[in-house]
Formats: sequence, C-alpha cells, structure tokens
Amino acid sequence: MADVAVGKDKCGEQRLVSLPLSRIRVIMKSSPEVSSINQEALVLTAKATELFVQYLATYSYRHGSGKEKKALTYSDLANTAEESETFQFLADILPKKILASKYLKMLKEKREDDEANDDESDDGEAES
Amino acid sequence: MAERPEDLNLPNAVITRIIKEALPDGVNISKEARSAISRAASVFVLYATSCANNFAMKGKRKTLNASDVLSAMEEMEFQRFITPLKEALEAYRREQKGKKEASEQKKKDKDKKTDSEEQDRSRDEDNDEDEERIEEEQNEEDEVDN
Repeated sequence: MADVAVGKDKCGEQRLVSLPLSRIRVIMKSSPEVSSINQEALVLTAKATELFVQYLATYSYRHGSGKEKKALTYSDLANTAEESETFQFLADILPKKILASKYLKMLKEKREDDEANDDESDDGEAES
Repeated sequence: MAERPEDLNLPNAVITRIIKEALPDGVNISKEARSAISRAASVFVLYATSCANNFAMKGKRKTLNASDVLSAMEEMEFQRFITPLKEALEAYRREQKGKKEASEQKKKDKDKKTDSEEQDRSRDEDNDEDEERIEEEQNEEDEVDN
C-alpha cells in the first residue's frame, strides 16, 4: 500500500497530503470504538491534521511572547492550550511549566494548609 | 497488532516542514515546540476520529466516511478547515476517477490488442486458403488446356 505521500512530486506539483496515510490510519484505529475507515475519511483526516498543525503553529506564534525574538517556543504553545477555547483539548498534554523551586514551594504551602485543617478537626487525638 | 509508542507519532520531518511553511521566514522553532506540536497533532487525530465516529454511529454506520470527518470539524469548532477540506475532497475524487479511467482504458487497449492478434492469425489462414484455391483453379485451367 503506497501511502507515503511527499510534499511535491516529480512535476513539482503540490501533492494532496504530506502526512503518511498509513501512520494516520494506525492512530485512528487505536481508538477502540472505530470499526473501519473509508479511504476518503482517511485522506480528509490527514489533510485536517496538516491544517491543524499550521493553525496551532501560527496562532501560538502570533499570540506568543517569542514574536520579538522571532522564535516559537514551548511556552507559546502551552499558553495557547490554556487560553484559547479552541485548543483547550490540548491543555493536559501541553501543561505550562513552572520552576521546580516554585512547585516545591507550592507543595510545601499545600501541606501546611492540610496540616492546619487536620489540627482543627482533631479533638486532641494523638496522630499515629 | 500492538502499536509501539512511536507508531502513534507523526514523522518529525514532515511536521517540521509543515510548521516552517506556515510561519514567516527566519522564525526559529525550538525542538520542544516541534515535539509538542507533533504530540498535539496525534491528539487531534484521536479527538477527530472519536468525534467523527459519533456521527457514523448516529447514522447507524460502522464505517467512517468523509461527511463524518467534516461534521467532526464543525463540532470541534474548526469550521475554518471545512472549505479547504471540501476542496481537497473534490481534488481527491477527481484524481481517483482519472486513475480508474486510465486503468480501464489500459484494459480496453490490452483486450483490443489481443483481439487484433487473433484477427491477424485468422486472416493469415484465410490467405492460405485463398492461395490454395487459386492454385487449384490454375491447375484446372491447365488441365483443360491440355
């Protein structure tokens, strides 16, 4: 099955789809409820994914802080996932990053809060 | 078929090219950003598939088709993709039609060739028969003369 479609063919014409259909198919089939996929649906999904990549990249670049530096960074993408409704579904896989020291501080504060609450609810019972 | 983790990823080279072509010239894309976009693309495929599948099931069909994918885009709020996708679908259908016609023409040509070869063979046989007849006639004339 010759599904690898390159960007431009010998005549220099734009091929319909650049992403390999076989790989797209594997991802689609990994979804448990899916029985079978018609060839047109496969081609359209591949094409849609390309459009998505373009959209995500340009949107993140336009709204990102990297614009002055002429760069697209991970944090531009994470910001997009958090702030744009359209890209919300990516929030879990593109979490914002914070400094490790800040995270440890947050953990510490949370633990202190929890302990404070426990003390209030305890009726003087010794902790085991 | 068990999928290895890397099978659910899309090829880096292609993803990078799509990003570079979308962004203005000279913009640098960090390796992390590239990898993140690639992961996002895989998640997009899963999300789109799941969504499209809902439409197929609503239509009591087991096979995902083109309209399910288009409906999914609408549902996922990627309406901006619908027009380019419809154009791509038209182009794909034309291409398929062209291929089909080309292979049917090839078959027709092949059949015609086989037919004409048979005709040539039978024509040769007829010629042989004619020659025999002519010879016989000449012989008869000769005989009569004698």
